[in-house]
Amino acid sequence: MSFREAIELLTSSASEIGRSVDAIFWALTAICGFMVLLLGTLILYFCVRYRRGSQADRTISGVSQTPLEIAWVAIPLLIFLGLFVWAGVVFFHMARPPDNALEIHVVGKQWMWKIQHPDGRREINELHLPVGRPVVLLMISQDVIHSFYVPAFRTKQDVLPGRYSRSWFVPTKTGVYHLFCAEYCGTEHSRMVGKVYVLEPAEYSGWLAREAEPNSVVATGERLFLSRGCAGCHVAGGPIRSPLLEGIFRKPVALANGTTVIADEAYLRDSILVPNQDVVAGYDPVMPTFQGQLAEEEVLQLVAYLKSLTIERQKSP
Amino acid sequence: MNPAISQAPLQPLASEPDYLRSAQTLGSWLLTTDHKRIGILYMISITLLFFIGGVAAALLRLELASPAGDLVASATYNKLFTIHGVIMVWFFLIPSVPTVLGNFLLPLMIGARDVAFPRLNLASWYIFMFGACFTVFAIVAGGVDTGWTFYTPYSSTYANGAVIAMAAGVFITGFASIATGLNFIVTIHKMRAPGLTWFRLPLFVWTLYTTSLILVLATPVLAITLFLMALERLFGVGIFDPALGGDPILFQHLFWFYSHPAVYIMILPGMGVTSEIIACFARKRIFGYRFVAYASIAIAVLGFLVWGHHMFVSGQSVYAGAVFSLLSFLVAVPSAIKVFNWTATLYKGSITFDTPMLYALGFIGLFTVGGLTGLFVAALAVDVHLTDTYFVIAHFHYVMVGGMVMAYLGGIHFWWPKISGRLYPEFPARISALTIFAGFNLTFFPQFVLGMLGMPRRYHVYPDEFQLLNVLSSAGASILAVGYILPLAYLLWSLRYGKRAPANPWRATGLEWTTPSPPPTHNFAVTPTVNEPPYAYETLDEPSRDYV
Repeated sequence: MSFREAIELLTSSASEIGRSVDAIFWALTAICGFMVLLLGTLILYFCVRYRRGSQADRTISGVSQTPLEIAWVAIPLLIFLGLFVWAGVVFFHMARPPDNALEIHVVGKQWMWKIQHPDGRREINELHLPVGRPVVLLMISQDVIHSFYVPAFRTKQDVLPGRYSRSWFVPTKTGVYHLFCAEYCGTEHSRMVGKVYVLEPAEYSGWLAREAEPNSVVATGERLFLSRGCAGCHVAGGPIRSPLLEGIFRKPVALANGTTVIADEAYLRDSILVPNQDVVAGYDPVMPTFQGQLAEEEVLQLVAYLKSLTIERQKSP
Repeated sequence: MNPAISQAPLQPLASEPDYLRSAQTLGSWLLTTDHKRIGILYMISITLLFFIGGVAAALLRLELASPAGDLVASATYNKLFTIHGVIMVWFFLIPSVPTVLGNFLLPLMIGARDVAFPRLNLASWYIFMFGACFTVFAIVAGGVDTGWTFYTPYSSTYANGAVIAMAAGVFITGFASIATGLNFIVTIHKMRAPGLTWFRLPLFVWTLYTTSLILVLATPVLAITLFLMALERLFGVGIFDPALGGDPILFQHLFWFYSHPAVYIMILPGMGVTSEIIACFARKRIFGYRFVAYASIAIAVLGFLVWGHHMFVSGQSVYAGAVFSLLSFLVAVPSAIKVFNWTATLYKGSITFDTPMLYALGFIGLFTVGGLTGLFVAALAVDVHLTDTYFVIAHFHYVMVGGMVMAYLGGIHFWWPKISGRLYPEFPARISALTIFAGFNLTFFPQFVLGMLGMPRRYHVYPDEFQLLNVLSSAGASILAVGYILPLAYLLWSLRYGKRAPANPWRATGLEWTTPSPPPTHNFAVTPTVNEPPYAYETLDEPSRDYV
């Protein structure tokens, strides 16, 4: 890497949030750099001026201690609080993906990233994205903890086994960027890397079409819903009385134990794999578990299908 | 000789031989209950362990000189950074200042004959060595590749190797920490010399006290955590692995509940050493003594409440993240207080630059950089980018190596005349202090830039564009290695050939300087009485100033 490229990398990010992060980063660097210079200069100056044997005046001129102590507690404290709020606001923004984001599924395993786009196209250790559009990654690990890190986007999110995590960003510059696993995950951890390709929207569509999958994620989820027998019960008037799933996503669900949960992705996943954990009020705990029978990709597809039921219902009143 | 120069008059010369010559059989060392000898036992042990951890670090830096994984295999590389982390954290940094300098000096500084529980003190060394044996066994018996953090479910389910033996070593060693902490707390409460009130204590004693509180309160949590991890690994009890119904984030909460306070175990005593040295070589009372003392307490208390800042991207709630971020900014304030007060102490001092002072000034500089870069990783949105990269590696090495190791070496040089009864050679010592400072910065400063560029930690192979900075870092490490070997050589040399040390070669305040060097077995022939505040350098130096 040449010097210019390094400066380029340090000062420019390739995502919307990256600009905010870099602004805080350089503000911190300026504040801390100033502090180091100030303290360094003072220490050097004192060391030279008050070295033993120097003729410097050493009479104590009644430096009052308490106001000084209060000053150097209060001033840093105020600066710190400002930095805390600034970085916190950006962080909360990072944690809330917009509803219109393109949802891409990521499954981490020792030692690769398996990725599926909504239209069904899959890739491994590569991620193709359209520029200028919000993207949310819905991620889960098949084994240990991994972490999905794209330095150019300034985003990083641990990818956990047994739990969905999310990361979102708006790529702002076309190009090729590093994808790293940032959480140590075993022998080949440093080879669990890949490339992120940010393309013009038309190029992205072209890329999707190049190796078109026969089925979108939702369609695959629907096929699973039928082939795994979910549809056998979860229909109106089915043989076993089961909760209907249309419009369930993000709605409150009253449980048999008296509590209420919001039916988010985690709830839908748990209901497939550990159905007796959160039984819906008024129903018997009769659903069999699908633990060990569905790969994480398939669970993601099923969840995507269940989420799509909401949208369809809203579309056709 | 000026009679009124010290807090207490020099002790009468005892007929008793000094602690080194009182008995010289191997048994007299291995069964000693003398806090000074136990300090020496710890010094020898942790020096050996430091060099084991150091060899692992050297191999890591050698491997990282090129982007390809060409020196060792990935599995070996992962074992090396685990060895380096486990040994350096639990078998060097945590015991370093407390068990060596703390054991040797605490009773001397407070005018006591020994610590409160001398036999427990010896037991702690045996427990420590027993734990060290497990750890060394784990290294020899195939190694462990979990990293020093033992994150689950990798450690409990997926990792091969001697995970249990390694964790057992750490588990056992924890009891040595608890014994030492307990001993120090009781000693400081109950055994201070007449007149030695809390606010007449040297700041080093304050930091030993706060460190001991953390050792006693936090270490049991580490033991519990490792025990649960072992339960899951050995018997498949589902605690952390989601496949068994557990929660992997729970492990991180428990682990950092210990390991973040442990960071303060690894820096507070170094701050204490620095306070002693700065006061002595600036010939001044520490500016804002009470603020510096209270800052230690504040660090110890707040240090228990910031563990979640290691987990901003782990999947922890964003609201928890916000609370931990705020508290992490707050814990930076007492550290800043200390740095400002040390700087103010230099003002109108009469400063000399003997080796301990070079280390103390180096400590202030490197700790300041380490502390300030902590703000970057305390800031939520910025930490998302920097966590688990080389930025974090650089940050905590600035605090722990630039801070604690500098302070430890500064303290070793400062008190070497008292410990060994010999003076070390000043010229090579100054050279080594400067070498370490230069080598350290060359090793770790490039790592900040690597982290900003996004290079993740624990990477055996890395993209070519990071090579230049890695080569700089590895070059720095080789300089650092020379800097660490030098003191070993000349300090050993001084044991035989060094000039005999007087009782108080630095004309320092503090009760430890009123006994002969080396001290007699029972420290003080007459129990000293204290009637002055600490660091009374101005009154001490006044008579001599009149003659100038």
